[in-house]
Amino acid sequence: MTEQIMSHTSPPVGSDITVEPLHEITLSVNGAPHTATAPARRLLSDFLRRELGLTGTHVGCEHGVCGACTVLVDGAPMRSCLMFAISAQGHEITTVEGLGTDMDNLSPVQQAFKECHALQCGFCTPGFLTTIHAFLETNPSPTEAEAREVVSGNLCRCTGYQNIIKAVLRAAEIRREGGAA
Amino acid sequence: MTAVDERPAESAEIGKARRRKEDQRLITGRTKWTDNIVLPGMLHLAMVRSPFAHAKVTSIDTEAAKGATNVVAVYTAADFPDGMGACANAWPITPEQVTPDHLPMVTEHVACAGEIVAVVVARSAAAARDAAELVDVDYEELPAVLDAKEALKDEVLAHPDKGTNKSAFWRLDSAEAGTGGSVDEAIAKAREDGIVIEREYRQQRLVPAFMEPRSTVVDPTGEQVTMWTSTQVPHILRFLIAATTGMPESKIRVIAPDVGGGFGGKLQTTPEEFITLAVARKLGKPAKYTETRSESLLSAHHGRDQYQMLTLAATKDGTVTGLKVDLLANLGAYVAIVGGGVPVLGAWMFHAIYKFPAYQFNCQTVLTNTTWVDAYRGAGRPEATFAIERLMDELAAEVGVDPLEIREKNWIKHEEFPFVSVSGMTYDSGNYEAATARAKELFGYDELRAEQKQRRQSGDPVQLGIGVSTFTEMCGLAPSRVLGQLSYGAGGWESAAIRMLPTGKVEVITGTSPHGQGHETAWSQIVADRLGVPFDDVEVLHGDTAIAYKGLDTYGSRSLVVGGEAVVRAADKVIEKAKPFAAHLLEASVDDLEFKDGRYAVKGTDKGVGITEVALATFASHNYPDHLEPGIDADATYDPVDFSFPHGTHLCAMEVDTETGASTIRKYVCVDDIGQVINPLIVEGQVHGGLVQGIAQALWEEAVYDDNGTLVTGSFVDYTLPTTADTINFVTDNTTSLATTNTLGTKGVGEAGTIASTPAVVNAIVDAVRDRGIHDIQMPCTPARVWAALQSAGSAEVAQAQPHFHEEAANNADPGTTGEGSGS
Repeated sequence: MTEQIMSHTSPPVGSDITVEPLHEITLSVNGAPHTATAPARRLLSDFLRRELGLTGTHVGCEHGVCGACTVLVDGAPMRSCLMFAISAQGHEITTVEGLGTDMDNLSPVQQAFKECHALQCGFCTPGFLTTIHAFLETNPSPTEAEAREVVSGNLCRCTGYQNIIKAVLRAAEIRREGGAA
Repeated sequence: MTAVDERPAESAEIGKARRRKEDQRLITGRTKWTDNIVLPGMLHLAMVRSPFAHAKVTSIDTEAAKGATNVVAVYTAADFPDGMGACANAWPITPEQVTPDHLPMVTEHVACAGEIVAVVVARSAAAARDAAELVDVDYEELPAVLDAKEALKDEVLAHPDKGTNKSAFWRLDSAEAGTGGSVDEAIAKAREDGIVIEREYRQQRLVPAFMEPRSTVVDPTGEQVTMWTSTQVPHILRFLIAATTGMPESKIRVIAPDVGGGFGGKLQTTPEEFITLAVARKLGKPAKYTETRSESLLSAHHGRDQYQMLTLAATKDGTVTGLKVDLLANLGAYVAIVGGGVPVLGAWMFHAIYKFPAYQFNCQTVLTNTTWVDAYRGAGRPEATFAIERLMDELAAEVGVDPLEIREKNWIKHEEFPFVSVSGMTYDSGNYEAATARAKELFGYDELRAEQKQRRQSGDPVQLGIGVSTFTEMCGLAPSRVLGQLSYGAGGWESAAIRMLPTGKVEVITGTSPHGQGHETAWSQIVADRLGVPFDDVEVLHGDTAIAYKGLDTYGSRSLVVGGEAVVRAADKVIEKAKPFAAHLLEASVDDLEFKDGRYAVKGTDKGVGITEVALATFASHNYPDHLEPGIDADATYDPVDFSFPHGTHLCAMEVDTETGASTIRKYVCVDDIGQVINPLIVEGQVHGGLVQGIAQALWEEAVYDDNGTLVTGSFVDYTLPTTADTINFVTDNTTSLATTNTLGTKGVGEAGTIASTPAVVNAIVDAVRDRGIHDIQMPCTPARVWAALQSAGSAEVAQAQPHFHEEAANNADPGTTGEGSGS
């Protein structure tokens, strides 16, 4: 059944195939410096997932609607599917992996999501976590209306959102109680 | 006397709001989605899809694509002379059903936009996608039929070689079946001296729109071929790969790793899975395909898309005497795995919670040049529930009584259970009075009715409407013998196994395949109680045919009521199996032992041994009875004796701005009776999510094609999923009547919210404007549609019947209204 695939492993002699130029990109992800090469059109979302192997950032729609791919760029939420990796040169990126990695070291938002059952399949969750994390930095005591508004740009198909809003408020509470940073 | 905890040990975990075990990996970004998998030498696929709804492929030129950078191969169907398997229809609803062959890749005839005509294989996903643009396909475009009513005319054929668009006709008649009287007689009588309500409702086409796009990775290296895929049905997929490719089933391992939502949308065996498998095998290299969102909206199956012609007969006082249903269901281009059967599931649901003496259900399925249609959350039951709950409101308006009063007059009373319905289903338990009373109380029903009256009298531009939905559903698909009678291709059993590990830990293997439902948590609670072991000591394994070798997967709210019961039975077998070992260790008679809280105790003594100690002892096997083999693991396969019938009362208050047509949800209360609750947190989450999906059908979502069969709602910009800006907080509660068909008394909950909520919302909107002569607004009830209804209301033509759609219109070709949100 297996076919030889040699015939296409290198460009045929005389072909005018061009090789896409690669650019060296250096950026900080979750506090650690990374350098990798990618073509200029590589999206930040794909760069994080493929070049850097950080698969916690999920791609749900590739057109900036669902918000699953939201990461923090210098602390501000950004849809990584709408940003070129090369634009992140020299910037500080925070992904869900940077919020807290094990159960003893969860961020308040992560704790609140678990406590409030704010996720089901979990695919949209990293985008919510990063968005809310950044929001609470600027608004540590949101009202319910503010909590609702801050996640209005993220899609979730499982939860019906009620528990997510609850989790925003609970995360604020945990932060105020002096939970893990 | 010492204080004794009277609570039975069995209740320690069941009913507890345990935080989910699944969450740890999901909130830290350490999940294994299929698209995360990277294998050495892995190649990437991109599909070349037809932009035309109906066409003949006249030529495919792949040369330019083959020469592109890092492209390894470009294949068309011709490169696979032995085929690449087939997308099977597992449920032919009649022996004569017209079922076009559905091959993964088009050979010549394209039957819907998005069908795959070629595949590009490259060393990166980007290179594959680039090269897919270079594949030059010539099409001869054919006229397309899109709408079910058009299809019925057989003027334009979706599959010209079939000679007709009609796939199958299926009937259930209570007089013929001996379960009730003649519906035609009931209608004739009502025309003389009663009430006849005739309506036509449209169930628009929806997209399941799970958040994780579908993805498949196939590793053909090694003795077995392994497929990771974003599916609800790893076991069914494995079986159908073997059945349609000829590969030995034993050489196929299918793994559903973490799966990001399904809602029915991932219960298909897909062209993309078969193509990825075929390419990986042909090249002998691992291969991955991950769809884009636009591909997902276009090519993953759709849901609903029915026309419902309904005739309800009643006496003058509102006692229903008969219901006749003529259903026209658009199957799309192919009869999907259970696509033909989904509308038929409505046969047992249109009469809902009511005692109708006569009933007839007719279902005609048709083929069109649109994306294939199959199960979407509720699958046949939301459609039926919508129709009957809308009709009951119409009947109440006709009689001039409160919608709840008309329901109470017709529903099955709690003392009448078990009750055999007019379609022959036995409802084991329920209490509609209790759920309704609780819902009214939480809703403030009388107060809201008073406010509605006041707003009407004062001529408030924002009117208030109250919508009622008293639903039931059948879930726990399904008793195998029933499925056999319906010519379904498989059984309805579920399997579980329990391994007692020597260190005291317990592994539970389940044949269900969760994708957000929290089985790891709920099954742990069940087993922890049953075996008396700590919750944290239970590990639930699933979704890998090499580990959970036997199963029928997750859909139709079956996992707990069928799969959970299999777990219970496996646990009970472990207890029985371990008992003689315990007796041996205790030097006691088996008859003198009792098992409680994880411990075998010798009655009347303080002697005992824990079941985990027995597990260790059988592992060491130094000392055990001669006639036994050392081991206390057990498995169980449970074939359900019947369906389960959750029910509930949902009440919705909608504010309708009569000046703009915008509708806003004011309050939503639901009280569901789902039997024994294992984990209230998970149940509430299922209900919330279900509600929003059902409300979305009422207000926002619709898959829209243009006249040429191009899906114009092909991105999340156009297919408008609800956000927090559209939704509100719901008030949920439960009443409980235990199911009598399984040990724990559970009923399903996965689809309940979706089934119940759609009619509650539309009933509320119609209720808000009914005094203006409006008795229907087509879904989704966008501001534009509500506004149009308000504008046309009062004209003689419209006052008689609000048109649902025009005869000549294509399938809801109304893109002008679908992009709008709730207007709230």
